[in-house]
Amino acid sequence: MTQLLHACRALFCVALLTLAQICAAQDSTPDTVQVSPLQDVLQADAALIAKASRKTIGPVIDRIADSGLPAAAGFLSDWQEKNIWQRKADGLFFRGEEVADRLYALRDLDSGLIVGESPKDDLNQLKPNSGVRGLIATALVRFQLSDPDPVTRAEALLAIERRPGAELLAPLRASIAAEPDATLKARKQRIERLLTIGYGQDPADRIAAIRAMPTDLGVDVRAALNPLVATTLTVAQKLPDGANLARILTPGSADLTRLQAYDMLVEANLAPRRATSAEIKTLLADHIEGGQVGGVALIRLSDPQARALAYQALAGQGLLPPLVTDADIDRALAAHVFFETYAEPNADVTAAAELALASIATRVGLNQSLDLGLDAISLASIYFLAAIGLAITFGLMGVINMAHGEFIMMGAYTGYVVQQVIPNHTVSILLAIPLAFAVTFAAGVAMERLVIRHLYHRPLETLLATFGISIALQQLAKNIFGTQARPLTAPDWLDGALVMNDVLAISYIRIAIFVLALIFLAFFLFLMKRTRLGLETRAVTQNPRMAAAMGINPGRVNMLTFGLGSGIAGIAGVAIGLYAKVTSELGADYIVQSFMTVVVGGVGNIWGALLGATMIGGLQKGIEWLNPSNTLAAQTYMIIFIIIFIQFRPRGIIALKGRAAGD
Amino acid sequence: MRKSFIAQNPSILIFLACLALFTLCVTVLSEGAGAGLISTSFIKTLGKTLCLCLVAIAMDLIWGYCGILSLGHFAFFGLGGYMIGMWLMYARTEMIVQNALAQGGIPPTPQEITDGIGSQIFGVVGSSDFPLIWAFADSLTLQLLLVVLVPAVLALVFGWLAFRSRVAGVYLSILTQAMTLALALYLFQNDSGLRGNNGLSGLQNLPGVTAPQALVSMWFFWASALALGLGYLLSAWVISGKFGSVIRGIRDNEARVRFLGYPVESFKLMLFTLTAMIAAIAGALYYPQAGIINPAEIAPIASIYLAVWVAIGGRGRLYGAGLGAAFFSLVSTWFTGGQAPDINLGFYTIQWVDWWQVMLGLSFVLVTLFAPKGIGGLFDLLQRKNDA
Repeated sequence: MTQLLHACRALFCVALLTLAQICAAQDSTPDTVQVSPLQDVLQADAALIAKASRKTIGPVIDRIADSGLPAAAGFLSDWQEKNIWQRKADGLFFRGEEVADRLYALRDLDSGLIVGESPKDDLNQLKPNSGVRGLIATALVRFQLSDPDPVTRAEALLAIERRPGAELLAPLRASIAAEPDATLKARKQRIERLLTIGYGQDPADRIAAIRAMPTDLGVDVRAALNPLVATTLTVAQKLPDGANLARILTPGSADLTRLQAYDMLVEANLAPRRATSAEIKTLLADHIEGGQVGGVALIRLSDPQARALAYQALAGQGLLPPLVTDADIDRALAAHVFFETYAEPNADVTAAAELALASIATRVGLNQSLDLGLDAISLASIYFLAAIGLAITFGLMGVINMAHGEFIMMGAYTGYVVQQVIPNHTVSILLAIPLAFAVTFAAGVAMERLVIRHLYHRPLETLLATFGISIALQQLAKNIFGTQARPLTAPDWLDGALVMNDVLAISYIRIAIFVLALIFLAFFLFLMKRTRLGLETRAVTQNPRMAAAMGINPGRVNMLTFGLGSGIAGIAGVAIGLYAKVTSELGADYIVQSFMTVVVGGVGNIWGALLGATMIGGLQKGIEWLNPSNTLAAQTYMIIFIIIFIQFRPRGIIALKGRAAGD
Repeated sequence: MRKSFIAQNPSILIFLACLALFTLCVTVLSEGAGAGLISTSFIKTLGKTLCLCLVAIAMDLIWGYCGILSLGHFAFFGLGGYMIGMWLMYARTEMIVQNALAQGGIPPTPQEITDGIGSQIFGVVGSSDFPLIWAFADSLTLQLLLVVLVPAVLALVFGWLAFRSRVAGVYLSILTQAMTLALALYLFQNDSGLRGNNGLSGLQNLPGVTAPQALVSMWFFWASALALGLGYLLSAWVISGKFGSVIRGIRDNEARVRFLGYPVESFKLMLFTLTAMIAAIAGALYYPQAGIINPAEIAPIASIYLAVWVAIGGRGRLYGAGLGAAFFSLVSTWFTGGQAPDINLGFYTIQWVDWWQVMLGLSFVLVTLFAPKGIGGLFDLLQRKNDA
C-alpha cells in the first residue's frame, strides 16, 4: 500500500516538474537566453536528481561526469555537500548561499554568477543520502585524479584504495600518463594493477598485472589476489563442463571424511538424513512396550548393538523409517563426485594468482621471521634490563635478592608519581630516570646496611629475608596505589612504530628500550673496567680479606655496589613501566626470568647476562611462534628447556674459570 | 642392641601425645561428633592446618636436615590434590550424569555416559573430550596410587637432572622455583586437561556418601591427624639411623661425605622423592577439605611461604616445622578473615586485611636476623633453664 502511495507521489512530482519546465521554457524571453550546458544536462534528469536514490542515480552521475563540462566537478562536490538548491517555481538548480535568515543568494551553476535571491520557502534543498554521496564521491575521484594539487591527487588515490570499484579503472588508467609526480605515478600504477586484477576485462591484462606483483608485501595485494583463488567445495553427480576446477576430493581422505562428505550430500538433498544416536534413542523410547522395545529387553539397551537390533525389528514392522547403513553411505558417496571450484572462471588467471601468492607467501614468511627476530631482540632487551641489576647484586656479590623485582616496581611507580606532578611527558620521563635511580639506590643501601650485611654467610637465609621484604613492599605498594594498573605514558615522540612494510614493524618504545639496554651495557662495562669503584668491587668479590688488607673497605664497597645494582633496577622499572602497565606485581612477573637470565648466562659475567637474555627472549618468542595462541605454554616449555640446558652447562653459557669461579 | 629411635628422641612421643590429645579435644567439642562448640568450617580449617603441618615436616626433612632449600614442595602438594581431585570430580559427575540419563526410559550406553561426564567437566574450557591424563580417573585405587606416583616421578626426574649436574645451594632453589612456575603456568592453560584456571571444584562432596558435611569433615580431620602422626613417625625414623646421619653430613659438608665414598646424589634423590611423596599425601588430604584446587595454589609464592613456616617454626627439628605451619596457618586465617580488630590511629586506620602481609614480610626479616632457630628455639631456652 505504502509503495503504491510512493509511486503515485513520484509520478505526481514528475508530472509537476515537467509542467514547470514547459512553463519555464515559455517564460524565457529571447534576450535572457544564455549558454547553460550543465543546467541542460541536469534538467534532462531533474526528477531523478531531485529525488536521488542509490539505485537509480548511478547513470545520471555518470552522464554529468562524462559531460566534459568544466563546471561538472564543482557541481558534484557542491551536491555532495548539500549546497545545491532547486527553485520550486521553475525547477532550475542553483548553488545556494545563505545571505540572511531564511534568504538565499542563488548562483548559476555554469557561470558562477549570482542570478537572484530567493526566500527559503521557494527552494528545495537537495539532500543526497549517504549511499548517493558515496557514488558522487566515486565520480569525483576521476576529477581529483588529475587535479593540479598533488595533495588532492593523493587523497583521491586513498579514496580508491578504500573503495575500489570497476568504474574507477578507466579514469585511473587515463590519469597515469600525465602524472608529473614520480611517487604518485608509481602509486597510481600499483593501484591500477590492483584494480586490473580485481575488475579488468581482458585476462591477458589481469595476468600481466598479477605477474607484476610477486614482490609486493602489501595487505591489499593479498586481499586482491585471495578472492581469485578462493574455492568452494561442491558435490554433483558428475563434473560440470567449463568450470575452473581446483581439485577433486575423495571421500575418506584427510580433507574430507566420509561422514562430512555424506553430510554434504544430505545438505544438497542428494541423500536421506542419518538419524543421530540421540534421535534413535528418542524413537526407541517412544516404542517401549511391556519392558521391551522391538522384542529386546529394556535393560539390554545400554548396549549399542542391542539398540541396533531393536531398531531394525521396529523398522521391519514398518514402525520406524529404515536406518541409513554404511552400505547406503558408500553407495551414495560412490555415485557422486566432490570437487572444489575457483570463483574466478579463467584458469590462467587463477594459476598466475596461485603462483604470485606462493611467491608473496615466501616473502611474507621471510619478513615475518625478521619481525620475530626483532620481537625477540626487544624481549631480550627487556629481560636484560630487568636482569642487569641482578647481574651486579647476584652475579658479582652473590646476594640472592628476591626483592629485586620490587625495586623494578618502585622505579616504575616513581615514574608514575613524577608524571602526576609534571604533566609534560618528555620532561617527566627525563626527570623520572635519575629520580628512580635515587629512590631505589637509597632503598638498596638501606636494605644492605640493615639486613643483608648480617647474612653474607647464610645465602639461603638472605633469600628468605629478602623475600619477606619483597612481600612487604608489594603489599605497601598495593596499600598506597591500589590494585588497579597505573599508566606510565610514553612521550609523544615514542608513540607509533617504525613501519618497513605491512609485515615488518617495530614500535619506537621497543627501539628505545633496546637503546637503553645498550647504554646500560656500556655503562656497566665502563664502571667495572675503568673506575676505582669497579676495581674495588672486583677485588672484594674475589677475595674480601685480601681486599681489606689492601686498604679497601669491603663494607663500603658492598654497600655501594648493592645500591648501584638496585638503582639500575629502578631505571629498568621506568623503562618496563612504559612498555607494560604499572602494578604492584610488575616486579614479581620478572623476578624468575631475571634469575634465569643470570643463571643461564653465567654468574658474575655481564656478557653472560646479555647472552642469557638473548637466549631466553629468543626462545620464548620462538616457542610462541610455534604455538601462537598460547603464551603460557611458551613460558612453560622455555623453563623446561632451561632446566635441561643447565644439565649441559651447569655454570651457564659463560662460565668463570679458576679461582674466580669460587664454590 | 641399639635403642629404638623413639626411645632415643623423647620429643617424638611428646609430639604424638599432644597430637592425640588435640584430636581428642577437637572431636569432643566438634559439631559432627561431639558437643558442637566447634563449627564445621573451623574443623575444616583445623584439618587443613594438620595437612600443612605434614607438608612442613616434609620440607623440614629436605631443608632442615639435608640443606636443600626446595621451592617446589608446594607444587608436589598441589599435584597430590589434583590427582585425588580428578577422582572426586569424575565419580561425582558420573553419578549425576547417570541419574540424569536414567530418566529417559532407555538405559544409557557407556559412550553416552562418558560423553555426558566429559561435557559436564570440560564444558567450562570449551571441550568435551577426556584428555589422556584422565584415563584412570574412574578408579579410586589407581588414582590414589597416582597421588603418590605422579609427584614421585616428577621429583625423581627433576632431582636426578638437578643433582646429577651438581646444582646446589641457591641455584637449586631457583631451579626448583622455575619448575614450580613452569608447572603452574602449564596448569593455567585451558588445554592442560585439568580445566585451566578454573581448577577442580566440588571436592568436598564424597561421591556415594550421604553423611552430612559435619561428619565428613570429622573423617577428614581424623585422617589428617593420622597422616600427620604417621608422617612424623616416618620422618623421625628416617633421620634417626645411618641414613639420617649421612643426610645431615651432606647438609654440613657435602664434599667430605662424597670423599668418604657415599653416593651423595642418590641420598639426596631418595630424600627429595620421599618428601615429595609426603607432600603429595598431605595435599591429597588438604584439597578435599578446601573443596577446590586451582593452579594459583601452586604458584611459586606458596612454596616460599612453606619455607618461611619452617624457618619460623625452627629448622632441623620436626616439631618446629609443624609448629611453624600451624601457627602461621591459624594466625593468617585470623588476620585475613577480618576477625582481627582494626587499629585506629586517628589520622589513619590500620586495617589488618591490608597490613597483615606487610607485617608478615617484616616478621620474616626479623626472625631470620634475630631468631634463626625460630619458635623451636624457645624450647632450647626452656631446656637450658631446666639443666641449670
